[in-house]
Amino acid sequence: MSLPPLVEPAAELTKDEVVRYSRHLIIPDVGVDGQKRLKNAKVLVVGAGGLGSPALLYLAAAGVGTLGIVDFDVVDESNLQRQIIHGVSDVDKPKAVSAKESIAEINPYVTVNLHQEHLNSENALDIFRDYDLILDGTDNFATRYLVNDAAVLLGKPYVWGSIFRFEGQVSVFWEDAPDGKGLNYRDLYPEPPPPGMVPSCAEGGVLGVLCASIGSIMVTEAIKLLTGIGEPLLGRLMVYDALEMTYRTVKIRKDPEGEKITELIDYEAFCGVVSQDAQQAAAGSTITVQDLKAKIDSGEDFQLIDVREPHEYEIVKIPGSVLIPKDRILSGEALSELPQDKPIVLHCKSGGRSAEALAALHKAGFSDAVHVGGGVLGWARDIDPSLPTY
Amino acid sequence: MKVRLNDDIVELADGATVADALDHLGYSPNGLAVAVDGEVVPRAAHRKTRLVEGTTVDVLSAVQGG
Repeated sequence: MSLPPLVEPAAELTKDEVVRYSRHLIIPDVGVDGQKRLKNAKVLVVGAGGLGSPALLYLAAAGVGTLGIVDFDVVDESNLQRQIIHGVSDVDKPKAVSAKESIAEINPYVTVNLHQEHLNSENALDIFRDYDLILDGTDNFATRYLVNDAAVLLGKPYVWGSIFRFEGQVSVFWEDAPDGKGLNYRDLYPEPPPPGMVPSCAEGGVLGVLCASIGSIMVTEAIKLLTGIGEPLLGRLMVYDALEMTYRTVKIRKDPEGEKITELIDYEAFCGVVSQDAQQAAAGSTITVQDLKAKIDSGEDFQLIDVREPHEYEIVKIPGSVLIPKDRILSGEALSELPQDKPIVLHCKSGGRSAEALAALHKAGFSDAVHVGGGVLGWARDIDPSLPTY
Repeated sequence: MKVRLNDDIVELADGATVADALDHLGYSPNGLAVAVDGEVVPRAAHRKTRLVEGTTVDVLSAVQGG
C-alpha cells in the first residue's frame, strides 16, 4: 500500500520543464502532478560520497527542485573509483562544491544548498528542519545513528543505504509514518557493532559500482515517497548481494521494547572506540608489543591473558598466553582464576577489549595489571610477521 | 532439530531460541539483526523466540559504508 505523497505539487511546470521531464509525464503514475511534486520537493543528501554521488545525480535529473548536500570532505583521487559525481579536475575541491557543479551541468532547474560542515548533535536538527526527506549516505555508524535520531525527533522520513565490498542494504525509516507503520533504524540495529568489528569501506574496500546499485534504489524510494506512488521499503530491509546477484527483503518490525528517542546524544561515544572507564584504565597502564617482547625475553614472571573469543584464539595467539574471554572478566566470573601472586598483562585483537577488561581488573584490586596496546595484530605486525592476521 | 542458519544446515537443541542460534555462531548480538523465516526478530525477543525444525535463520550484520 502506498503512502500519501510527502510534498504538495508546485503551481506549474514551465514549457522547458515539460520538455525535459516528458518521459516522466507520460507515465500515468507520475504524470504532471507527480512531476510538480518533485519540483516542490526539498531533499537533503547526507554525504556526497559513494552513495551520495549517484543519488544526487539521479535526484537532480529527476527534477527534485531543491537538493541539500551535507559534506565537509574534499575530493581525493581514491574517491574516483566510485564517486562518479566528481571528476579528475575536482581533486582537492570540497565535495559539496564539486557535486553542485555537476548538478548544474545536469539540471540547471535544481536549487542546491550546501552544508559544508561536520554533521553533529548541535547542527543536525537545524540542517534537517527545512527538508521533506533525508537520504543517508554517510560512511560511519556514529553519523548514521545521528541521522536516524534527528529524523525521528523531527518526524521526518529518511531513506537509508549502506554498502560494504559486494553487499548493500537499503530501507526506509520513518518513526511517524501513518497507519502505525512507524519504525526507525534502531528497531533493526539497536546499537552499533563493537568498535573495530565491522570495517569501513576505507578499511575493507567496496566494489565501486555497488554504489550505483544501492544509490539507485535509494533514489527510487525517494521519488516514490515524494510523489506517493508504489510500495515503499518502509518496514522492509532490502539486502543486495552482487556476487550471488540476489536481492532479498526481510520484514522489520517495531521493537516494542525499543527505547524512545528523546534527544540527540554523543554519537562518537555511543559508537566510540572504548568506554571512558577503559580509557582511564588504559592511561598509564598500556605497554607496547615491544615492551611485552622484552618482558618475555628477560624471563619476567607475569601472566599474559588473552581476552578474545576462543575462535579468535584458534586463528592466532601470542606464545604463553592463556585465554579468558573479556565477558567472563567483566561479569566477575573469571576473577577467581586470575593469579594473585604475579602481575597480569592483558591483550586482545587490537587493544579495545583488553582496555575494557583492564578497567574491570583495576576495580577488582589488580592495580598493577596492564594491557598491550595494539594487541595480537600489533604483535604479528611488529614482533612476529610470520603469524597470520585476521 | 535442524535449522538453516546463514545457508548452512546446523543441528540445534530442540527448543533453541534465536539467542541460542547466535551463541552457536559465537556472535554477540550487538550490530546484528536476525531474521527468522524472512522477518527480523526484535532484540528483546531473541531469548523468547523459539526456532522449530526447518526454520531459516539469517544473521545480518550492520554495515556502515556509504
